Amino acid sequence: MAPLLEVNDLRTQIKLREGVVHAVDGVSFQLEPGETLGIVGESGCGKTMTALSIMNLLPTGGHIAGGSIKLNGQDLTSLSDEQMRNIRGNEIGMIFQDPLTSLNPTMTVGRQIAEAVSLHRDVSKEQAMDRAVEVLDLVGIPRVRERIKEYPHQFSGGMRQRVMIAMALACEPKLLIADEPTTALDVTIQKQILELIDDLRRRLGMAVILVTHDLGVIAGRADRVAVMYAGKISETTDTETLFERPRHPYTEALFQALPDKAAEAGERLYSIPGLPPDLVNPPTGCRFAARCRYAADRCREEEPQLLGEVAGHEFRCFYPVGPTERNEAGRLTAYNEAPTEAPIAGPGIGDVLLEVKHLVKDYPVTKGAVLQRRVGLLSAVADVNFAIRSGETFGLVGESGCGKSTIGKLVVGLEKPSGGSIDFEGKDLGKSTAREYRRERRNIQLMFQDSYASLDPRMRAGTLLREPLVIQHIGSKKAQLKRVDEMLDRVGLPRSAADRYPHEFSGGQRQRLGFARALMLQPELIVADEPVSALDVSIQAQVLNMMKSLQREFGLTYLFISHDLGVVRYLSDKIGVMYLGKLVEVGPAEEVYLRPAHPYTKGLLDSAPVADPETEKAKVSEGVRGELPSAIHPPSGCRFRTRCPLAQAICAEVEPPMRRFPGEGHLAACHFPLQTPVGDAVAPASSALPD
Amino acid sequence: MAMMPHADPAGPGTVIPEAPPAVSAAGQIQAKPRSMFRRGWEVFAENKLALAGLGFVIFVVLFCFVGPHIYSTPQATVQTQDYLCHPSGAHLLGCDELGYDIVGRLMVGGQNDIEVGLAAAFIACLFGSIYGAVSGFIGGTVDAFMMRIVDAILSIPFVFVLVVLARLFHPGTVELIGLIAVTYWPAPARLVRGETLTLRTREYVAAVKVAGGRNSRAVLRHVMPNAVGTIIVQATFAVADSIVILSSLGFLGFGIQLPSTDWGSMLSSGLNFIQQGGYWWLIYPAGLLIIATVVSFNFIGDALRDAFETRLQRR
Repeated sequence: MAPLLEVNDLRTQIKLREGVVHAVDGVSFQLEPGETLGIVGESGCGKTMTALSIMNLLPTGGHIAGGSIKLNGQDLTSLSDEQMRNIRGNEIGMIFQDPLTSLNPTMTVGRQIAEAVSLHRDVSKEQAMDRAVEVLDLVGIPRVRERIKEYPHQFSGGMRQRVMIAMALACEPKLLIADEPTTALDVTIQKQILELIDDLRRRLGMAVILVTHDLGVIAGRADRVAVMYAGKISETTDTETLFERPRHPYTEALFQALPDKAAEAGERLYSIPGLPPDLVNPPTGCRFAARCRYAADRCREEEPQLLGEVAGHEFRCFYPVGPTERNEAGRLTAYNEAPTEAPIAGPGIGDVLLEVKHLVKDYPVTKGAVLQRRVGLLSAVADVNFAIRSGETFGLVGESGCGKSTIGKLVVGLEKPSGGSIDFEGKDLGKSTAREYRRERRNIQLMFQDSYASLDPRMRAGTLLREPLVIQHIGSKKAQLKRVDEMLDRVGLPRSAADRYPHEFSGGQRQRLGFARALMLQPELIVADEPVSALDVSIQAQVLNMMKSLQREFGLTYLFISHDLGVVRYLSDKIGVMYLGKLVEVGPAEEVYLRPAHPYTKGLLDSAPVADPETEKAKVSEGVRGELPSAIHPPSGCRFRTRCPLAQAICAEVEPPMRRFPGEGHLAACHFPLQTPVGDAVAPASSALPD
Repeated sequence: MAMMPHADPAGPGTVIPEAPPAVSAAGQIQAKPRSMFRRGWEVFAENKLALAGLGFVIFVVLFCFVGPHIYSTPQATVQTQDYLCHPSGAHLLGCDELGYDIVGRLMVGGQNDIEVGLAAAFIACLFGSIYGAVSGFIGGTVDAFMMRIVDAILSIPFVFVLVVLARLFHPGTVELIGLIAVTYWPAPARLVRGETLTLRTREYVAAVKVAGGRNSRAVLRHVMPNAVGTIIVQATFAVADSIVILSSLGFLGFGIQLPSTDWGSMLSSGLNFIQQGGYWWLIYPAGLLIIATVVSFNFIGDALRDAFETRLQRR
């Protein structure tokens, strides 16, 4: 069979004022009808540009400089705009990452899809609307006839992405390009959407190009994978082979940087040193050479070609990794050099440092611009109890909107609790005077998610790092500057960085800077709110490793907030799982991960994609169904009951108490837990504390 | 179809490799850091129109203030013998109906335009910025009240007010500065208030609170420096706007009174003779100067906006 799509030596360039970016530099691949090709890589590797080149939707300054894109034998690069419009949406559908900005907020959902249909088909308004109903039904929107009259903001994130898929499918395209279709969504919704795309592909016989940075997403969904690095495909083969026997050092390094596997093996993460190359002046030779642990002189002089030893497995490397090449021992020393870690010891380590008791946070919901009437209460945090011991890492996980970030803000004092208390070293933070309060700030510091937004763009890094010391009147100017230098050393930044402005750093370096600032006051507790969620896998590994080693060095305690179960498992000693303002399960990380007691925890674990095709394909559980209910009117009884497969009548009536489960301090609030409880209901105040 | 380019970690905006060229792949930071001012200037200088605008503004200032010392003409008394004389060696751009030399007249008018423009813009922006910043910081009811006052002032048609006021007393330069400033300050007030509201919620302001800092520190060290760019850019546009307002007033006959003048007044009196034909030097030089000066200030403002945007500064 002739391939549906044939991309040959595609070169896309973007003109910027500092020069021409070679965003896609000689990419070739083929796609058969009904096949799913995964394109995976870090940000800036050219994967999105490849997708946009196929659609001819390049940003300003971008143009295809060479190569061909053949769809059913027709070269798309030679088509006029008019002819291309006919292909777009008709032959090729595309889904973008953010479904809210991709939909027109002033048009009803039904009309938008009908518009897409009438652009390409000679149909009446009614027929177009009927088609809209049909495709919306296909993507699993309930009560379609009513909902087509609604506007995009009346749909939730997951539902909006379904609408986008419906729109892309309206004209039955032969090829669907999904560019990071689930990156903005929660894992539970991500699973639903990926399953939908997979299912539709099978039913409609479409080919799919799945562009993502997430190896886990690729593992379960793609037939073949192309790994991109610096504008080129570095390795391509079928999914099973790639995950089992990666040959390119970059692919191998990506796998080793995944926290899931490291957590299982109890190893330190492998972090790829350095940063991807500048695509304005790409280096000669292999583009990965500067970061490659096996690079030899040849790699820096001569560029390797995309070749394979076996048909269907090509890679761009002179010294491929894998069982047949080079000696195994020599390779691995570079990676496993971290010594086995002894538990942290020291005075006070192991004592309860932070205790959260019956913590409640409600936000008033108001209406009206001038006279703000209160029309309801949004229950962000509802009666949460947990304790963190000195020197340990407490991971807080849950979907967006579950209240985990609110807890972080309450602990660092950016928000005031509506009820309950937060005890730090046995003292209630809410009861301290303003002066005491400012002093106590020294002990609890926050590491922000977005280091770009949290660093004042008009201050040099040195001034930013010094500021906490200036505020707290600690030391002379000379001592403060000395401490800035020391801290830069600690987080692995050169001392000259002190004279730089935040925008001159890369994402990973800025996150190091943010961490350094949090450490300046020598705090005991650091609340880290999604510190690595904006970073690429390789950079994420660098930051996680740094956090882990500095925790040992300074005896730090972390409250680590993340939506990513893999990251939380890698870093945390204890995990708390939150759902809609409630802590539903808490316990030792491995215990919660391997033997979850609460159905929500189990669903969350099943939803998270794992970078292993076999595990992914063997998954039968459907994860968590449906979507997060509103926190303004949370469900009665157990808040999870509306999405729980095990829910019964009692769940709507009685709120389940926390009960003990095997494992130290393992508690869960469920009437029908997945494990056998070992104790009766415990009083919530002491619930997070083992005896 | 609603297929818009989108915000995506690997989207169009981030094609530029994550590493800024100043930071090499090894994470080593090279080259000596340049000052904020220097980098701002580099961005500014990239805008050729702004450079041209800056050059023109410098030219106009020299022309108006240094010019009279080189090209000296009687501008205090009427020279009836030169009534509407044509351009010649003695009078490069001819004379007007009172016998004043046009080039000399343009210098005198330009002095007034520039003085009024700069002073009115300065006063309006200073007062407006403080007003807006206070309103934005305090927030709540105070903010609502203060902003309603601004709305009320903005709802009055300013030309009408100025005409009435200018009728009541014969305005000199100082009065005109005051009048224009009074009508203009709500614009910067609104802008700065909006800026303050967004800056207040920035994470780096939260970071000060986390470190235990007081509000005053957040405002003085973080909110203000970040709002300064907006204020300076607004001030540049305010100069251009003030010149336009003064010219409109002059055109309506309420500008600077004889024997002094301004470009708008020159246009106005020149119009009386344009129907008779031929007296182009009465309106074109003044009109073109107004347009060119205003456009130049606007170009400068545009480039300043870019220069203050740290992200555009040489990555």
